[in-house]
Amino acid sequence: MAIPISYNVRNMKLRKGLTIMTALGIALTVTTAIFIMALLAGLQKAFVTSGNPLNVLVLRKGSTSELTGPFPSDNFQVLKTLPGIANDRHGEPLVSGEITVVIVLPRKDGSGEVNVTVRGMMQDGLELRPTVKLAQGRWFTPGQREVVVSSSIHRRFTHANVGDSIEFGKGQWQIVGVFDAGGTAYESEIWGDVNQMTSDFDRQGVYSSAYLRATDPVAAEALKNRVTDDQRLKLDSMLETEYYAKQTSSGAVIRLIGWIVAVIMAIGSSFAAMNTMYAAVAYRSREIATLRVIGFSRPSILTSFVLEAILLSLLGAVAGIVLMLPFNGMTTGTQNQTTFSEVVFGLQMTPSVVLYAILFALIMGLFGGIFPAWHASRREILAALRD
Amino acid sequence: MTLTGFVRKNAFRNLRRSILTVLSIGFSLLLLTLMMAIWRNFYLAKGTEESALRLVTRHKVSLTFSMPSYYREKIRAIPGVAHVLPQNWFGGIYKDDKSGNFFAQFGTDPDEFFEVYKEWQIPADQIKAWQHDRAGAIVDEKKAQDYGWKVGQKVIITGTIFPTNLELTIRGIFNAPQPTNSLYFNQKYVEEAVPYMKGKQGFYTILADSPESVPKIGAAIDATFRNSPQPSRTETERAFELGFLAMLGNVKAFILSICGAVVFAILLVSANTMAMSIRERTREVALLKTLGFTRRTVLGLFVSEAVVLALVGGILGSLVAYVLGVGASKIGGFIGALKVTIPTMLVAWTAAAIVGFISAIIPAYNASRLKIVEGLRHIG
Repeated sequence: MAIPISYNVRNMKLRKGLTIMTALGIALTVTTAIFIMALLAGLQKAFVTSGNPLNVLVLRKGSTSELTGPFPSDNFQVLKTLPGIANDRHGEPLVSGEITVVIVLPRKDGSGEVNVTVRGMMQDGLELRPTVKLAQGRWFTPGQREVVVSSSIHRRFTHANVGDSIEFGKGQWQIVGVFDAGGTAYESEIWGDVNQMTSDFDRQGVYSSAYLRATDPVAAEALKNRVTDDQRLKLDSMLETEYYAKQTSSGAVIRLIGWIVAVIMAIGSSFAAMNTMYAAVAYRSREIATLRVIGFSRPSILTSFVLEAILLSLLGAVAGIVLMLPFNGMTTGTQNQTTFSEVVFGLQMTPSVVLYAILFALIMGLFGGIFPAWHASRREILAALRD
Repeated sequence: MTLTGFVRKNAFRNLRRSILTVLSIGFSLLLLTLMMAIWRNFYLAKGTEESALRLVTRHKVSLTFSMPSYYREKIRAIPGVAHVLPQNWFGGIYKDDKSGNFFAQFGTDPDEFFEVYKEWQIPADQIKAWQHDRAGAIVDEKKAQDYGWKVGQKVIITGTIFPTNLELTIRGIFNAPQPTNSLYFNQKYVEEAVPYMKGKQGFYTILADSPESVPKIGAAIDATFRNSPQPSRTETERAFELGFLAMLGNVKAFILSICGAVVFAILLVSANTMAMSIRERTREVALLKTLGFTRRTVLGLFVSEAVVLALVGGILGSLVAYVLGVGASKIGGFIGALKVTIPTMLVAWTAAAIVGFISAIIPAYNASRLKIVEGLRHIG
């Protein structure tokens, strides 16, 4: 017969100080683990949800990102006429030749400078990205030295408000709007008119990349193959979603360091939990013997103490999750390994992160509880009663 | 029995508990030591003497913009400048598009290269061979080991930024104080293959003639190019490297928050152990007092016990960190920053001792205030 769980709960309540301190120790470890997992989840979201599956991205052959290697704009004229491209509001092909460059901006908190992507696009560039919404001001006007900045750049950098001007290329650019990209990779960009930018950056006659909107998924695949296979063009193409999915490797450094930290802390906390459980067993030596005399079996005592350790770690997990809640959604940035510019992302405490955190705590509790519980269940009744 | 012997005996009288506590504190201190080592190597270490003499000039807008080649002679003319070396990021891939095959390749000028990187070691005949072969390259010893490259071997690097592939011959293998994981080749190769790169350079590394001229040179260079179409930004080599680190994210806050969590966790563990240990000994405390030990001695006994436990854990943890750091420094790159120095270990030990001290204060104080009669009556 199993020992009722209320027995464990009451025992934990009896030694409040011990329980709270051990649980807090576990909570700190869980907090660290959540922090790291939430960072990675946010980064994942920034890349995976970026891009439209109907958008085909065209780059120069051999080039791995929009930042590297431009291609002649003559090629763009060929791209425009390919079959399978959707029409824009005016009945023209929905395409955009674009240029991307990296500039340096100072952070608002004074913690250094960061590379930011500046993207010059055609008028259709906005229609190609319907998920991006205007949050303040207005969109840039073609032919003007105007830019719109993402909301996260607006928040994180000095002089990035509507009405401010920032200096890059050959002079000042007026910020006329702030856009909200909903946590995607565009959150780290500044947008303006492509023609203004190519002349400012001395890149006339070339584009860094081109975007084509296909009419449907089948057309997107066909378009992709057609561009890549065309020997005259010397271009490569991929779906926009594929392009961003490849960039998730940017989180590799954080992932590695994060896991090392979390595992070391978890081992430390398991030992602490083990200590607490051994003490719990030692205090209750006679109690355990009494339970045995009444007729509870060894396995049920083992289960009971393991359960108590798990309860303890669950308490820690809940405390850890609560401790981390205020940080949910907090944004930070890291370097995108493909474009060398900053990618901004938020801490995302997704349900799976919370679930993993609980699992993480359970493992700690199990590891910390199994040996003391084993010890408790193996004690000789007579020896324990005499203690 | 002396008081120190008494403390030592008591610290390990419940052997299992002491070992678990020491292990728990040890693991936390391992982490703390590694974090402090990173902090020290990134933000406090000055770098080598030679490195302190080097500056880097890049385009003011960002590293992805190039500067004209004639800047080199203009910079050379500035007082205090000993050597100027152009460098260009190539960003190529060796063999295939796997992250392990992505490493730094720079196009540079072999004639002046080792004037600027004086402390890097390479046989003189290999330098000569590199200077005489326009398609020659030199590579970091560590990288050569990774790929199994030998002098004289042909290596093909596929361009991603530039529409050309480099067919290079390894002419030399160099050894830098800190592994660079880099390959250097003659930039003329790229200039010939990619016409639009003619007359342009990515950034310049400058060697100053003395430490005093370093700040003056920086200001003078940027003043020279302020009103040109390509304004410059000059900083010390150290600051330039830290700039890359800053892009990884808010590293400082990351490290600090982990350190905070770790220290607090040790505090809890240690306090927990001491509370358990002192509670068990309530009757003993009363006995000690009956024998004439003062309150202060009792307090001191328990506090020293906690400090001993925490210190043992701290020393063990930081020693393991030290061993890990020695291994990491051989790998180089960002991981090389895990190298632990003796001062870092001393700081870790101090932290452990302080944490042990604080953790024992409250339970030990309560024990020292115990009334003898109540203590003797305690059943435990």
